[in-house]
Amino acid sequence: MLEINDLRVSVEGKQILKGLNLSVPAGEVHAIMGPNGAGKSTLAYALAGREGYEHEGGSAKLLGNSIIGLDPEDRAALGLFLAFQYPVEIPGVAGMTFLKTALNSMRVARGQEELSALDFLKLVRERLKSLGIDEAMLKRPVNVGFSGGEKKRNEVLQMAMLEPKFCVLDETDSGLDIDALKVVADGVNALRSPDRGMLVITHYQRLLDYIKPDRVHVLASGQIVKSGGPELALQLEAEGYGELLKETAA
Amino acid sequence: MSATAETIADVEKLGDRYKYGFVTEIESETAPKGLSEDVIRFISAKKEEPDWLLEWRLQAYAKWQKMTEPNWAKLGYPPIDYQDSYYYSAPKQKDAPKSLDEVDPELLETYAKLGIPLKEQEMLAGVRNVAVDAVFDSVSVATTFKAKLAEAGVIFCSISEAVREYPDLVRKYLGSVVPQDDNFFAALNCAVYTDGSFVYVPKGVKCPMELSTYFRINAENTGQFERTLIIADEGSYVSYLEGCTAPMRDENQLHAAVVELVAHKDAEIKYSTVQNWYPGDENGKGGIYNFVTKRALCQGDRSKVMWTQVETGSAITWKYPSCVLQGDDSQGEFYSVAIANNMQQADTGTKMIHMGKRTRSRIISKGISAGRAQNSYRGLVKMLPSADKGRNFTQCDSLLIGDKCGAHTFPYIESQNRSARVEHEATTSKISEDQLFYCRQRGIGEEEAVALVVNGFCREVLQQLPMEFAVEAQKLVGISLEGSVG
Repeated sequence: MLEINDLRVSVEGKQILKGLNLSVPAGEVHAIMGPNGAGKSTLAYALAGREGYEHEGGSAKLLGNSIIGLDPEDRAALGLFLAFQYPVEIPGVAGMTFLKTALNSMRVARGQEELSALDFLKLVRERLKSLGIDEAMLKRPVNVGFSGGEKKRNEVLQMAMLEPKFCVLDETDSGLDIDALKVVADGVNALRSPDRGMLVITHYQRLLDYIKPDRVHVLASGQIVKSGGPELALQLEAEGYGELLKETAA
Repeated sequence: MSATAETIADVEKLGDRYKYGFVTEIESETAPKGLSEDVIRFISAKKEEPDWLLEWRLQAYAKWQKMTEPNWAKLGYPPIDYQDSYYYSAPKQKDAPKSLDEVDPELLETYAKLGIPLKEQEMLAGVRNVAVDAVFDSVSVATTFKAKLAEAGVIFCSISEAVREYPDLVRKYLGSVVPQDDNFFAALNCAVYTDGSFVYVPKGVKCPMELSTYFRINAENTGQFERTLIIADEGSYVSYLEGCTAPMRDENQLHAAVVELVAHKDAEIKYSTVQNWYPGDENGKGGIYNFVTKRALCQGDRSKVMWTQVETGSAITWKYPSCVLQGDDSQGEFYSVAIANNMQQADTGTKMIHMGKRTRSRIISKGISAGRAQNSYRGLVKMLPSADKGRNFTQCDSLLIGDKCGAHTFPYIESQNRSARVEHEATTSKISEDQLFYCRQRGIGEEEAVALVVNGFCREVLQQLPMEFAVEAQKLVGISLEGSVG
């Protein structure tokens, strides 16, 4: 589903991703772990098409479509969703307005009709209910004054509404206490499906206790240096990155 | 290309996107070019005005000739040749139309293009409850819903008609809030104003619907000088909306309106403006010059006036809707969104003059600058010695898009009463790359993302608009900023 080959990306003239290879089939959840500065967030932003993340070589395909050079909104329309590490505040814009604008923009981009206000409301209420989120959250301006937990739940809600084909979760656990983490993980797990792929980026193994990955990859110095099953995460937790990096460098 | 450079490049691409740029071909009956006593007599005669009004105009003209154009605003424009303009132009029609059916079809079509189908409005009267006194060039051509208003005793007509039908009211109030020689542009307006709206709400009456006037400048090279007078008698309430668009043209057009509001004891006036005149091309060529004097007199105790404006058009905007808070416990409010893109220049704000005891004022100003535009907030809060316990709160927020535009804030505070309290808060920020990326990752195209973020920034002001117009204003905010980012 997501195929990345020899991807090289630089930020402000400095190469951060140095020939990254990764393949995530539909229905699977893969985790990317790695020390600070390994390029984890760069990978997330580069996939989403953020300005300033310059493509220097290699390929990235979603469902067979190259996403290199596409605008962020076009990647989103292809089904790519990024759950932000630090969701952004948009003062004065109600969550409901934001979601409706997003959903309808994507529908238009995909050649579908916009949802009527009524159909939209129905859909939102259904999703809110299944995620156990209070509608009041959508009356507040997007992420403004939200707690860490609320912000991440809002990300999950958006994910549930936009029904992406592939989700990238960038350090979703950061800033969450254990209860909030569980709630968010439950939301993510509910969205696992045989035709959806996920890439969970995290520094700590903790998140992977709640979102069980099919595969774990270690990212260091801009490359995947090791891949394995869920046990790799546990090993990293026990030994730290230092040991593994020495081993791969050798 | 860096994001910023790209933003700037794309801002510069904007220019030919003005959606309402078209000229209607209707024969005008035009006064000779230039300004003189004869031209003023021509205008007055065309409008079959009484002698007192002609005298009043000539008096203003004499004063104007001794005045000089103000230059304190942060605006740059070539000198205006007042002799190189036409001061009167009316659509030719043998008789005034008795109903919409008699209105020139081409005129109606123009309104349709602007999204103001009068016929539909009439049919939808019961639904939207909006009366439209459509001003085309200088003469009112159609006024609707008079019957319903008459039932409530509300007078809503063109000011020319008011001069004929209610001369005593007009004579009593005309120039009572903005004196003839208040400023250069107001004096000019007194001398040559052609038409505008008149509203009188009698004692204790709540006007049953929003009153709305769509102004539209049409004939080539004709300055338009509207005159609006709104009087809310004791305990009455009225909400008025002025909205405008103008067709594209090459030469700069002078526009100098005067709006006077009088609120008596316990009366309340809401005056909302959505202004979208042609801003000129990307080099600022051809835009409207808008020099407006708007002032409200809160004459009676506990009276209240609220100005709300959404200013997106014009090449030059010079406009300071003000409140003179004379009555004790009277209140003035000013909510403003001013958007300047490309080469637009806006110098706008308000004046709150506190005279009465416990008078309160509130100013919320949101300025958005993009392209190479300059956007200034200029506000005066004055507490006179009599303004015991007067209070003001001012908040000025500026948002910059790109790095070639400017935002300026000039707050003037004069307090002559120790018990008065004046607060001023100001912020300046740039539209954030983070916000745009976040929106775009959710599938929202870049232009729409800008519109969304800017609408959020303006929300406090937009939500003050009457419901029917808030939606239109939101769209206008988006349209005004199209192309301002890549």
